[in-house]
Amino acid sequence: MDFNDTKEEADFREEVKNWLKENASKGEKVGGRYDAIDVQEDALSRARDWQAKKAEAGYAAITWPEEFGGLGGTAIQSVIYSQEEAKYNVPTGFFEIGLGMCIPTMMAWATKEQNERFVKPALYGEEVWCQLFSEPSAGSDVAGVRTKAEKDGDDWIINGQKVWTSGAHFSDFGIIVVRTDPNVAKHKGLSFFFLDMKSEGIEVKPIRQLSGGANFNEVFFTDVRVPDSQRLGDVGQGWKVALTTLMNERLAIGVPKSADYSSLTRAAKEVDLNDQPAIKNDLVRSKIADWYIQAEGLKYTKMRTLTALSKGETPGPESSIGKIVSAPKMQDLASFAMDLQGAAGIINDSEIALLHSIFQSQWLSAAGYRIAGGTDEILRNIVAERVLGLPQDVRVDKAVPFNELPSGR
Amino acid sequence: MNFDFSEDQKMLKEQVSKFLSDNCSLDVARDILESDKTYSEEVWRGLIDLGLTGTAIPEEYGGLGLGALELCVVAEELGRAAAPVPFSSSVYLGTEAIVKYGTDSQKEKWLPKLAVGELISTFALPETNSEPTEKNIKTTFSNGKINGRKIPVADGSCSDIAIVVVKNTDNDHIALTIVDLTSENVKRNQISTLDPSRDHAEIIFENSDAELMDTGDEGWGAIENILNSAAVLMAFEQIGGAEASLNMAKDYALDRYAFGRQIGSYQAIKHKLADMYVKIELARSNSYYGAMMLNDGGADLKIAAAASRVAATDAYNFAAQESIQTHGGIGFTWEADTQFFYRRSQVLGLALGSSITWKNKLVNQLEEKNIS
Repeated sequence: MDFNDTKEEADFREEVKNWLKENASKGEKVGGRYDAIDVQEDALSRARDWQAKKAEAGYAAITWPEEFGGLGGTAIQSVIYSQEEAKYNVPTGFFEIGLGMCIPTMMAWATKEQNERFVKPALYGEEVWCQLFSEPSAGSDVAGVRTKAEKDGDDWIINGQKVWTSGAHFSDFGIIVVRTDPNVAKHKGLSFFFLDMKSEGIEVKPIRQLSGGANFNEVFFTDVRVPDSQRLGDVGQGWKVALTTLMNERLAIGVPKSADYSSLTRAAKEVDLNDQPAIKNDLVRSKIADWYIQAEGLKYTKMRTLTALSKGETPGPESSIGKIVSAPKMQDLASFAMDLQGAAGIINDSEIALLHSIFQSQWLSAAGYRIAGGTDEILRNIVAERVLGLPQDVRVDKAVPFNELPSGR
Repeated sequence: MNFDFSEDQKMLKEQVSKFLSDNCSLDVARDILESDKTYSEEVWRGLIDLGLTGTAIPEEYGGLGLGALELCVVAEELGRAAAPVPFSSSVYLGTEAIVKYGTDSQKEKWLPKLAVGELISTFALPETNSEPTEKNIKTTFSNGKINGRKIPVADGSCSDIAIVVVKNTDNDHIALTIVDLTSENVKRNQISTLDPSRDHAEIIFENSDAELMDTGDEGWGAIENILNSAAVLMAFEQIGGAEASLNMAKDYALDRYAFGRQIGSYQAIKHKLADMYVKIELARSNSYYGAMMLNDGGADLKIAAAASRVAATDAYNFAAQESIQTHGGIGFTWEADTQFFYRRSQVLGLALGSSITWKNKLVNQLEEKNIS
């Protein structure tokens, strides 16, 4: 057992290191996660430049086939590149959804001509893509979308609302799942399109989150005209196409680095409990140990996944536990760290609060991470059904026409 | 990146798994549970015939000369079968202690016999209801004799020799001794525990002959060292048991219907089983690192062993208790097999010291590494 690269991996890492040394900046961090209100035009433009450089060198899509501008490389090479790139302060956070989810869906379903038109500009960062799936009434039950598309000659007319759309405000194109037939069962009445986000009738508004930030948008569609040639898959086959995207979502969505057991340990050394450092308290130590085994457990689970990739095997189902563990950990650990501070735990003025209020900020945003990209509950269903082979819940909506389903609010 | 067991190690695992599924069904554990026997002699003999008692004993002493990783895969399968044999006591603890701290002559004397299963060994540490520490060990060694009481000693009635932790009154240091448990001045009483499918005893030493082992100036550190190795190996045994509990609960959730459908289709059950799976994978990943550190003698062994143990204890305790809960009433009956894992989870979870103790060790290491 070891964490070492194979000879081929080491060679590739060396090559990547050299390229990054020549081309990437170790300077000040820019961009990061975009904000839907405070649009960072400068960051986007720098990100485009960096993306173009990467694409030119073949590193922007290492696992894609060469015909699409990729390197035709392996998953482990992609990981190696990411590990090395993370050592530099290069702008990220603009193209992941497009390249991770939208374009792979295009590659699977669009025509050759369409892919020739769209793949390369996306890869080079010239065009940004977003994904329009969730709706106010369709979150975990994403097949329950109500945004409708009606045929009008060679076009479709789209009306409705999408929500939680990352990057919609700076995106050029989007992929969308809509209802084209409300008279058949839920999954059967969907169709899938790609569209120009600058089309007439599209209005993008930022959503301000509980945490104060605005990382997402809601997108309103009023008589938006989309040509039938931009349909992916057959009419009524939209769910099947959407599954292509969602398969890729599992790879693209994660939880950001957050304050972990090490920050908690530091906090526990700085605050007192019963007139001695909190770190001396056995309850505190027990909690630190609990979160240590979770954090380290995930770290080494990742090593197991990488080992499978390194051997050219499909990773085992253990890779599905990540967000089930990490998102609640973010919230619980932050909450406990605030508890350590007593009444002062509520202060989130970073000038005053312990460790510049990292725990307070994390506690606020963690509430969202437990929901984004699959709630805790949905992820447990996925483990139970796909890993353990337990049956699906009874679906009362399966054989009922969509427009006869009870809808509540 | 090669964070996995080798093909040879996986083959060994497969071989042990096959032997146990053919020869060590839960009926074997039930036989020990319901009888006066202390362990299954047939299963133990089979493990000896496979050479497993000598897995990590150097070849010069008649063992297979393999390493910690091989023991890990064997441990996992023993745990899965809830095998009623003194393997953990004799192999992870007794034998490992002699390999690490025996003098040359002690190795020559004992290891060949342990390798071929001629003798069973155990490790005698706790003495009271309090967790053993460097300060509270009261069993004494002086002039080749020991005096004191050890309780509970796992496999204490069926073992031939014990590695006994003592205070050497000649220099006031903690030391290790080898004691022949069959000698006249050793009294053994089998004691009742939560898991009668494993033997436990109270052992009283009254001027019993004891051989001092060579722990140099390590003192209590030698005890910690032995416990750290055993913690990693036992974690794999716990993981095997936890997976067996999960599988048993899963099979039942597929078979059992309530309110007109399989209970496994209810989210209350699905989420419970998903939580078992998550805890088991966290334990497995921590324990892989523990195994790597144990095998390499890595600097992180202390913290990795503690993490392996804490995670595996949590996973097994949870899986075993929630497996009964998933079964409902039938899971609480004497005839149900859920009890073997429920009982064994506590026996393994406490054998090397409590979670409270190991969590403390873990955080001690974090402080030592100044992780923050």
